[in-house]
Amino acid sequence: MLRAPEVDSLPGRLADNVLHFARVLRHAGLPVGTDRVQLALAALHHGGLESRRDFRATLAACFVDRGEHRELFDQAFYIFWKDPDLEGRMRALLLPQVKTHEKAANAPPENRRLAGALFPHMPPHAAPEPPREQVEVQAAFTFSDREILRQKDFETLSSEEWREAKAMLLRLRPFFEPLATRRTEPAPHGRPDWRASLAAMGRHGGELWEMRRRRPRARPAPLVVLADISGSMSSYSRMLLHFVHALSHADLRVHSFVFGTRLTPISRALRQRDPDIAVASVARAVQDWSGGTRLAQSLHLFNRHWARRVLGGRATVLLITDGLEHGDTTQLAFEAERLAKSCRQLVWLNPLLRFDGFEPRAAGVRALLPHVHRFLPAHNIASLEQLARVLAGAGERGSPPFH
Amino acid sequence: MSTTDLPASIDDTVARLVGHDYVPSRELATTVFLALRLQRPLFLEGEPGTGKTEIARTLAAMLGRPLIRLQCYEGLDLSGAAYEWNYARQMLEIRLAEAGGASRQALATELFSERFLIRRALLQAIDPQQPVAPVLLIDELDRADEPFEAFLLEVLSDFQITIPEFGTVKAAEPPIVVLTSNRTREIHDAVKRRCLYHWVDFPDLQRELAILAHRVPGAPRALSQEIVAFIQRLRQLDLYKLPGVAETIEWTRALLALDAMVLDPEVISHTLGVLLKYQDDIAKVQGSEAARLLNEVRDTVRGLGPA
Repeated sequence: MLRAPEVDSLPGRLADNVLHFARVLRHAGLPVGTDRVQLALAALHHGGLESRRDFRATLAACFVDRGEHRELFDQAFYIFWKDPDLEGRMRALLLPQVKTHEKAANAPPENRRLAGALFPHMPPHAAPEPPREQVEVQAAFTFSDREILRQKDFETLSSEEWREAKAMLLRLRPFFEPLATRRTEPAPHGRPDWRASLAAMGRHGGELWEMRRRRPRARPAPLVVLADISGSMSSYSRMLLHFVHALSHADLRVHSFVFGTRLTPISRALRQRDPDIAVASVARAVQDWSGGTRLAQSLHLFNRHWARRVLGGRATVLLITDGLEHGDTTQLAFEAERLAKSCRQLVWLNPLLRFDGFEPRAAGVRALLPHVHRFLPAHNIASLEQLARVLAGAGERGSPPFH
Repeated sequence: MSTTDLPASIDDTVARLVGHDYVPSRELATTVFLALRLQRPLFLEGEPGTGKTEIARTLAAMLGRPLIRLQCYEGLDLSGAAYEWNYARQMLEIRLAEAGGASRQALATELFSERFLIRRALLQAIDPQQPVAPVLLIDELDRADEPFEAFLLEVLSDFQITIPEFGTVKAAEPPIVVLTSNRTREIHDAVKRRCLYHWVDFPDLQRELAILAHRVPGAPRALSQEIVAFIQRLRQLDLYKLPGVAETIEWTRALLALDAMVLDPEVISHTLGVLLKYQDDIAKVQGSEAARLLNEVRDTVRGLGPA
């Protein structure tokens, strides 16, 4: 429907520059397709060249399509279309040890992803060295709220584990209890389906009277996974990610988040079909592997920014954490209560506590426990197989796992 | 040029929207202008109460076109949104055909002809018999479920609806489509890709004052300034649900009804329910906190100059 815009009719090299700008945005992670570039060029024929502000608004209308991309777009626009000292900035990127502090006061903060997109061949900034004393292999039962930023490298999935993940999903069926939706499907009993009945009658010349019927279609409840990836949970991180990835590809609506000292949504990254690529992209996106825990704050962030978008009243929330929280737990209790009230079911899976002889001694555990609808203490889950067994068992409401 | 033509430029768009008591940001006006020019649907996201639905109403009034509104809800399907067959009349037709002895073939084609079609919002909007293309408002798309979005794709890109028994209905002139979402969930990329996107933000202080002057013309300027400054301050707090422009207007009307000439902590405490809808938020602002905020706000108002 769109006419191919005549590139020549835009002033100077504007069309080329819009194209380059779109490529920069694409590298920085905005989903800008060629159709969007065409749209932008067509839009610039109609207006947006009068002032810088209009130009920015025009490009934003064409290139941005979700709220959280606005900031990245603004930064990219600022750098690409204005900065007269582009060369100086490139030099600064070449020599990362020379820190310049005389940035313009109103310059927006630069995004590292964006820097990578603008200057792809520059060496990356030196990653902050992890503090030496934090390098410990087994950190279970220790916790802190210090923020330690760490990247993580996971082993790839073995074929055996891959089969296991598939098998697990079958066993998990009972855990996702079907909820009736307001959509319907043809069925032998239920409400009359006039459209289908009359179509059938029309085909038979009005002679046959056979009532077609429909009934509400059932769909598994949407699931939201909130997984703790702090130091004390580090031995489970890899398994949990593969678990969530398998769930995301099983015709279920799954939103997943990981948290340590910050909350990271990982649903988009996990959309990759290949489990290894997906988990690797999560590993890249998450900054706080195996650091401290800020449970209350993570729940607060989730409640404030995500709960309304992903819960919708009917979701089951699977909270995977050891519940070890530092300091004051009143805020934790408050946030847990709010979370419990805004979902249909809050399930807490605690991989660090054994059921027999379990006493809720830790303050964080005591604060969480009254608000969860179901508590699954699962000692030492090391494989998907075991996790599935625990969850499926819980789906059958306390009965021993069927296996 | 008649008054209902499409705007000629971005400045013209701003001027005419303001003429209809809608004070847009420059960015919104640009997006609206482009959507009209490029005949693309306009996709508006933002906090509740920031004027997303209002823009569709204003556009309809500004361009002299009828407004067709489709309110989305979970389970909304074809028969609710686009068209339905008139089953009662079809039954009657079958009975008549039986009595008259019409042929089977004729009946089968006749039963699903235009006579028996009930037009709902989407089909009305693209009806080629409309004298002028209407403004179609698809409100709160995030409330509908995902399967409904897939159905919208045909309407949004080609402005047509395919009815299996009947054929394809295509608009003679594309309607002006406005989609809004409160972002209780993410809308699929395929829908967004067909639209021009704009995030409707809370207005800044000057623009909110202008909005208030247009919407509640009776409010004294001194009171308006205090109200807007107070609400702008509230939006900087860590509240669960921030008050939108709709709340600003409501609150101003409430205060006028109470004959309040200036804000004081007592009046604020009594009318806080108009602004904040969560108990936690109200508890956070009530009492001494309201007085403290009010003092800060007075300083801002003094900076605005004499009333």
